[in-house]
Amino acid sequence: MAVTTPESEHNYLNHEKGLWSWLTTLDHKRIGIMYMVSVMFFFLLGGIFALLIRTELAAPGPGILGDGQTYNQAMTFHGAIMVFMVIIPGIPAFLGNFVLPLHLGAKDVAFPRLNLLSWYCLMVGALITFTSLIYNGSDTGWTFYTPYSIEHASSGTVWVVLGAFVMGFSSILTGLNFIVTTHTLRAPGMSFFRMPLFVWGLYSTAIIQVLATPVLAITLLLLAAERLLGIGFFDPALGGDPVLFQHFFWFYSHPAVYIMILPAMGVISELITAFSRKTIFGYRAIAFSSLGIAAVSFFVWGHHMYVSGQSELAGVIFSFLTMLVGVPTAIKTFNWVATLYKGSIVFQSPMLFALGFLFLFTIGGVTGIMLATLAMDVHFHDTYFVVAHFHYVMVGGTLMAIMGGIYYWFPKMFGKMYSEGMARMSFVFIFTGFNVTFFPQFVLGAMGMPRRYFDYLEIYTHLNQVSTAGSYMIGIGFVIGLVTIIQGMMNGEKASDNPWGAKTLEWQTASPPPHENFNYEPQVTAGPYEYR
Amino acid sequence: MSTGSVSSTEHHHAHHFNSAEHEFDASMLGIWLFLCTEILMFGGLFVAFFIYHAKYPEVFAAGAATLDWKLGALNTIILLISSYTMAMGIHSCQTNKGKKAFNYLAVTFVCGLGFMVIKAIEYSGKIGHGFLPGKFFHPHDATFEAANQALYYSFYFMMTGLHGLHVIIGMGLIAWVAIRAKRGDFSSKFYTPVEGVGLFWHLVDLVWIYLFPLLYLVG
Amino acid sequence: MLALFYAFISQAHGRSFMPIAGTKVAQKVDSLYSFLLVISVISCVLVIGGLIYFALKYRRKTADDKTAYISHNNTLEFLWSFIPFVLFIVVFAWGWLIYRDMRSFPDDALEIHVLGKKWNWDYQYKSGKRTTAELTVPVGVPVKLIMTSQDVIHSFFIPSFRIKQDVVPGRYTALWFEAEKQGRYQIFCTEYCGDQHSAMLGTLNVVSLEEYETWLGDNPYKGLSLAEVGQKVFSQKCTVCHNVNDQRKVGPGFAGLYQKQRQFADGSQAVADENYIRDSILMPQKQVVEGYPPNGMISFQGQLAENELLGLIEYIKTLK
Repeated sequence: MAVTTPESEHNYLNHEKGLWSWLTTLDHKRIGIMYMVSVMFFFLLGGIFALLIRTELAAPGPGILGDGQTYNQAMTFHGAIMVFMVIIPGIPAFLGNFVLPLHLGAKDVAFPRLNLLSWYCLMVGALITFTSLIYNGSDTGWTFYTPYSIEHASSGTVWVVLGAFVMGFSSILTGLNFIVTTHTLRAPGMSFFRMPLFVWGLYSTAIIQVLATPVLAITLLLLAAERLLGIGFFDPALGGDPVLFQHFFWFYSHPAVYIMILPAMGVISELITAFSRKTIFGYRAIAFSSLGIAAVSFFVWGHHMYVSGQSELAGVIFSFLTMLVGVPTAIKTFNWVATLYKGSIVFQSPMLFALGFLFLFTIGGVTGIMLATLAMDVHFHDTYFVVAHFHYVMVGGTLMAIMGGIYYWFPKMFGKMYSEGMARMSFVFIFTGFNVTFFPQFVLGAMGMPRRYFDYLEIYTHLNQVSTAGSYMIGIGFVIGLVTIIQGMMNGEKASDNPWGAKTLEWQTASPPPHENFNYEPQVTAGPYEYR
Repeated sequence: MSTGSVSSTEHHHAHHFNSAEHEFDASMLGIWLFLCTEILMFGGLFVAFFIYHAKYPEVFAAGAATLDWKLGALNTIILLISSYTMAMGIHSCQTNKGKKAFNYLAVTFVCGLGFMVIKAIEYSGKIGHGFLPGKFFHPHDATFEAANQALYYSFYFMMTGLHGLHVIIGMGLIAWVAIRAKRGDFSSKFYTPVEGVGLFWHLVDLVWIYLFPLLYLVG
Repeated sequence: MLALFYAFISQAHGRSFMPIAGTKVAQKVDSLYSFLLVISVISCVLVIGGLIYFALKYRRKTADDKTAYISHNNTLEFLWSFIPFVLFIVVFAWGWLIYRDMRSFPDDALEIHVLGKKWNWDYQYKSGKRTTAELTVPVGVPVKLIMTSQDVIHSFFIPSFRIKQDVVPGRYTALWFEAEKQGRYQIFCTEYCGDQHSAMLGTLNVVSLEEYETWLGDNPYKGLSLAEVGQKVFSQKCTVCHNVNDQRKVGPGFAGLYQKQRQFADGSQAVADENYIRDSILMPQKQVVEGYPPNGMISFQGQLAENELLGLIEYIKTLK
């Protein structure tokens, strides 16, 4: 231990100094912070692409992006960045890395070196993806559908594919690490049913990361080989089957949707209990529904393909299984609302984001049921209805949870407080802007406007203008959020060890925590939400 | 907090574990999970294989006929032997016989090398005939009835290539644990790396056990 | 109560923002949609309303409020798992029934072949007639579209009929519908297919059976001069990539093209005469003008009748 700082001042942030100490750190908290910085950077990039897209769509005809080719590139990079570099690593790798060992009362994750390696995989993968910009970029959309991606797309596509391949390893390593950590590094007395629900969310997510991502890896590898060698697996001109690619792709990418939302649900369980100072309603139901969602998620990929030309029987089976996923999701939502009942609720900014999550996720959920319904999806498939739906779930769900989570754990991460007023302002802008942006898109979709359109018919103009106006509000909201965070880091007031009065283990140690998390060995004698 | 300094007689477990057994359990769980990811990755390739095999059986029959099953069988035997020596290597480590472990691991390494040499002979034969994957498929001394015969060689090279890459990685890992075994790093108290490498090697072996009949025999 | 529910449903129906329903199947889809909208609104009101109500009612009053310790309630949890489950199954079954109608092809359907390509739809009728961009069908007759693509995956979508099907290269997919009303309906491509994806539009023209039959036997160019024939062909097949002024779009603009000196990528050059224009349409790869991609233009070999080709050449000659 360093002797220059007094024991009380000694923490993981000043344990070692200098950029090199960060780039080579094995401390899960520091790796978490590195993820935070990188994810925020990628989010900024993806957000700029989003605003470009919305500005282009403010009016029919060519606009700021000029032509379809450029628009399609912006659309592809928005999707690829947001999916592979923001939402997938967003909660597990950033918040999860910081919080999981603290939640379990562990000193670190099981494999600290792998943890660092997974951050480098993300960085290298991102770098490879951006390399494509030198080679004409990529215009396939983040889904890389064949045969478009094989012969017709711009030449940078193979770089995006390889970048996503490398970033997949980041996700696998994080998942593997978290499963082992959860199994082997729980503090004495921390039984499975005493774990905070965020841990259950991360654990379920990790299972999906470990089991689904390898299939994406082989799919992307085959796609790269298809482009470079013409192996003919997915190219109809060579006797291959382009629909098989979709099966392979969605076998990963549908479970990936739950990689994005399950940890967000975990964060929400933490926020709701802490800010209504009440034990969670139906702990086991929420915990098992996470596992249930993870399990069923592997068998619903075909609902992305109702009109792809797969067999009708397959469509029926996938529709039925998709309905089954709705049940555990509904259970969670009802349990969160029930947790509020007879609580003592404060509207601190993390709670605002949690309530915002519930609001938006409910809308995302019911529209999800509409999309799961066979005959409805035939109309809605690949229209703006789908775009609105998944933004309600991914942005309204996951990003709201990330923002809530950042504000919630901020005092623990940095030992300082951000400006509550500004945090609330960011919420108001994000929440309002979000609804203004995406609700009209449900209507556009019902009216039949297809997605990934550079140009549109006159009748869609007004709603698109509303949507574009909303997107600027979201942009302002996130900029305020960024300023709030940076300002809080620079000169926030000193935070106490447990500013929210929460009961989980991370709040029992110092803010910021010492290098090895706890200066004593935590003993767990009760569940995580014992507000009596 | 350094985990790098490993003395020859005693292994210091990393700071966040309670004991060496604790660390061993975590490592084993991690390795098994890693093997799961490997199986799923190869699984994707196998699924594609079965789909196209059902769709174009004649392509696969004609392709398999151009492979030499004797070389494939020889490679199967070599890998089976290597799995045995690998297991013995682990056993020797566990029973504190570092020198013996080194010998077993060295034999395993040589088996891996033998496998790759035979693979290289096979590859050069295929390349010589122009039996290359995808758009590089230009057979100059054979004719095939199916227009998309290249598909078979795409599968052949993708599957054996990915497997071969695993063999090479496995050989590197075996060389690493063999040297450590000779140095006396392993004992009945600490043999995690050699156990982990062993499991990986068995998986590589297992994948080949499936690849051999699928590519060479079923046709 | 029931009446109120019914009123709510019909209200939802009226405000569902769906395009007009042009077939029986579309009306069935709309009924299901109305039902879904209603139960969705009810669930949202329950969940979000409950959320807001609890949040306001139980907001923190003093710094050390005591809260109730309620860990679970089996009856409630069973109810809110079981009721959604039943609802989901109802919705699933309902959606399946309509889907079955969508996918049960009548035996006596009128078959039309559809070819999707970047970035246009081609229609081939049994009579041998072939059109682009506009699909003409008779009202009140089941029509089956047998579809394939010559390049990438497209998707054929008629919003007013609530039907959609991907059009996949290397295989045939199909759609059927029976239009109830005459009129013109929008067709979209809904599977992302590249630069001009959003311009891959089409029109479905539903006409009476008699009109359809005359149309089918009809010469579409009756009474038109050769240049007018060309103009018509041009507006159907060429406008995605070419302008009638001299501005480059995907390919060159055509104003002033005739008799112009052309510089080719391989260094040679030629004057744009009738033969050059003809070759450029049928064998575009033969001579590529400098500065254009080698595969930018697709061949129209076999897709244009001789009079259409002559018409195009004459039309291009008129563009100054």
